[in-house]
Amino acid sequence: MSQSASSNPAAAPAEGHAPHKSYLTDGTTVRSWLLSVDHKRIAIMYLVLILLAFLVGGIFALLVRIEHLSPGPTIMDAMTYNRVFTLHGVVMVFLFLVPAVPSIFGNFLLPIMVGAKDVAFPRLNLLSLYLWIFGAGLALWGMINGGADTGWTFYTPYSTTTTTTVAPILVGVFILGMGGILTGLNFIVTVHTMRAPGITWFKLPLFVWASYGTAVVQVLATPVIGLVVLLTAADNTFHIGLFDPARGGDPVLFQHLFWFYSHPAVYIMVLPAFGIISEVVSAFSRKNIFGYRMIAYSTLGIAFVGFFVWGHHMFVSGESTLDAGIFSVITMLVGVFTAIKVFNWVGTVYGGAVDFKTPFAYFCGFLFFVVFGGMTGTALGVVSLDVHWHDTYFVVAHFHFIMVGAAMMAFLAGLHYWFPKMFGRMYHEGWGLTGATLITLGFIVTFVPQFLAGNYGMPRRYYEYPEQYQALNVISTLGALMLFTGFFTILCYLIYALRHGKLATSNPWDSHGYEWRTASPPTTHNFDGPQPFFPEEPHLYTTKPAPEAQHAV
Amino acid sequence: MDFFKRLLFLPEQASTFASKVDELHVFVLVATILASIGVGVTALYFFFRFRRRERHQTTEYIVPTVMTEFLFVSVPFVLFLLWFALGFRDYTWVQTPPRDAMDVYVLGKQWMWKFSYPEGPNGVNVLHVPANRPVRLLMTSRDVIHSFFIPAFRIKRDVIPGRYTDTWFEATKPGTYDIYCTEYCGLSHSKMLAKVVVLKAEEYENWVKEQRMGDKQNRQDALADTTLVSPRANLAQQGQRLVGEAGCLKCHTVDGEQHIGPTFVGLYGREERLEGGETITVDEGYITQSMMVPGEHIVSGFPNVMPTYQGKLHSMETAAIVEYIKSLRTRDVVNTASKGPVYEPVRIQ
Repeated sequence: MSQSASSNPAAAPAEGHAPHKSYLTDGTTVRSWLLSVDHKRIAIMYLVLILLAFLVGGIFALLVRIEHLSPGPTIMDAMTYNRVFTLHGVVMVFLFLVPAVPSIFGNFLLPIMVGAKDVAFPRLNLLSLYLWIFGAGLALWGMINGGADTGWTFYTPYSTTTTTTVAPILVGVFILGMGGILTGLNFIVTVHTMRAPGITWFKLPLFVWASYGTAVVQVLATPVIGLVVLLTAADNTFHIGLFDPARGGDPVLFQHLFWFYSHPAVYIMVLPAFGIISEVVSAFSRKNIFGYRMIAYSTLGIAFVGFFVWGHHMFVSGESTLDAGIFSVITMLVGVFTAIKVFNWVGTVYGGAVDFKTPFAYFCGFLFFVVFGGMTGTALGVVSLDVHWHDTYFVVAHFHFIMVGAAMMAFLAGLHYWFPKMFGRMYHEGWGLTGATLITLGFIVTFVPQFLAGNYGMPRRYYEYPEQYQALNVISTLGALMLFTGFFTILCYLIYALRHGKLATSNPWDSHGYEWRTASPPTTHNFDGPQPFFPEEPHLYTTKPAPEAQHAV
Repeated sequence: MDFFKRLLFLPEQASTFASKVDELHVFVLVATILASIGVGVTALYFFFRFRRRERHQTTEYIVPTVMTEFLFVSVPFVLFLLWFALGFRDYTWVQTPPRDAMDVYVLGKQWMWKFSYPEGPNGVNVLHVPANRPVRLLMTSRDVIHSFFIPAFRIKRDVIPGRYTDTWFEATKPGTYDIYCTEYCGLSHSKMLAKVVVLKAEEYENWVKEQRMGDKQNRQDALADTTLVSPRANLAQQGQRLVGEAGCLKCHTVDGEQHIGPTFVGLYGREERLEGGETITVDEGYITQSMMVPGEHIVSGFPNVMPTYQGKLHSMETAAIVEYIKSLRTRDVVNTASKGPVYEPVRIQ
């Protein structure tokens, strides 16, 4: 064994002697789970709930795709269709994408990655879980009793005048937002105050950097959506007329406020995903990350610039030409920051030692999707082109490339990478690669035709569509079925692995990420014995010690 | 170029803007495709070239040089700035209608498009325009936000209640093209379709003439059709022209539907409940007062948003409008297809 293997932190201190139970078995009553303040148990509860939400959103998505098999009515009427696509959007954005990575992987790993026993405010953490449950419950109740038909964007004055039930869903979103703010606050304080000795800011795992950037966005932006959904709910219920031009209100004001949150929210969804990818690419190519500081700074760059691009959602909505130009040029910067990350991930593989395991297969798909999805996003920021693409399937395809192609692929990469960490068991590698292949191909078949349909002029949110778009829609639906098969496969083998999977060693990937220094699954307090010390930067796979003065930035 | 356009499923190119913007379209999308394939292939090559050979393999510690970092930042920056510059150039162009453009008013409402020509006929869901002549569309909505989209012209603009937005195009090829609503507007959003018929210049002139002679049975059109008014028209006819010119029709309708203000149909002689609770009979005096001091007596259920016309209309014009309103006695021309605005008036207790 080489020198690096002997210094491999896999030999976690807790292994071997058994006085400390793993967090999974430390307390087996229902109460010990529901009232747990252990960040890992909270993360697992989030995992179960958020995956259930994903299932609900996925079923809605499949219904939308099946409806589009024929240009006319297929399986439902127009009102049902309008509700179904609205609920697909609301569930996927607010119940799945926004909380998924921070609440599940952030909660589970961020304290371990900074060498802490828990987050800074464990009780607030539990409260945020219950806020999620309450908010999601209220929103789902609204969906069953009436169900909004406004689209997840709730544009006024339609949303304030529709006869469907909008208010409970909006209030649900408000409550979900409160949970998000608490999680963000918790992460910020944890990263600032609870880093173990040896972990300086520039030795933080990049997943922590990403979670930190996300948390800042969450804390700063979420109050704005809170404000706007409450005002819209009030307008809808009491007709106060804030967004109603007939009473002197301004419908476009809503769009400004809405996108002031919802654009940064895109980065709430993808930044943590970028963090996962930074970890996965290092671990599986056994390389220090190429351009660590560039990735860390670009994370902050995206988080910051993301606040100043909301106007690119409104190029055709009555914005001045100068406004459009300003928002367009700032949007280009987001593209630049994302490109920096992409180049550095590919650079990380250079000179590495790649083990093509399931998480790496997802990275592979992710890379293609993030470049294509990101560049089509930048293309949408080109004002003259957006005039044609705005509110067509091109936009739908673009943000699904980012939301599903990037965020979802990274989520799955993380789920597979950290599955042994979380549950102490291994899934079947062959099935894992099969699942990844199905998902990647299914994804391409689903969304590439949507780009073409959008180019061709097909507007989004159409219940019926002109016949010339049928072929593309049918292909897209077939892709969706493939995607569904992929998710179903993953669900099956992961649930099987929970009980029957091979027992995992503490560090089955031989990863040098900080989180692998503890047992898998970790004990309740993460690190037993004296406070851990982290002498090396994460993901150091070299025999030579890292040069102190890097010429990076 | 044609190959790429077909590859990318770009619709037919039928306006000057379409031919202007399509090259950028192709450039941006082809660059995107090449970049993603480029990154993908490089990555795949690396995966193969640097595959793991032993379990605990160590690797070299590599960090980027300043030159690499510079390239990582500058290459995408320059490319994206180029995109922006080209895009903004074209956008400014499409945002600036030429001065000689012909105007058409567009009204979007759930779920139809109405087109009115300043000196010509009205149309529902069919817009006739001449080829090779710039056409400016002045658009507003009567209920929720809609968006006016002609894929073949590559133009789109939201149509917003309470505001005017505009866009323009110059069609280059005679033919019939689709108009879609692209801002979700409720139940029949996907049926809010219309057609734009591009005619050769002389065909268009013929069409306009035909329309003017056309059926005056349709009182809906005739009411708003100011071209029928001869220069020596009577007061009511002058009034009919004036309500359009002075902007009354932005808030008041002549088809019996309530809009932002009360409809003109059947208004004269009606008993109206006022905001204070008392009632008033609408007569010449009240109509005139409403034009000059609009806030004095507000009919219950309507917002106090009307501007004063004091000094903007001289007395004969006021009289002409009063005469016109007096002529609209019945509501037998109500358009039953439309449900009208959906605003629920605030009930003040």
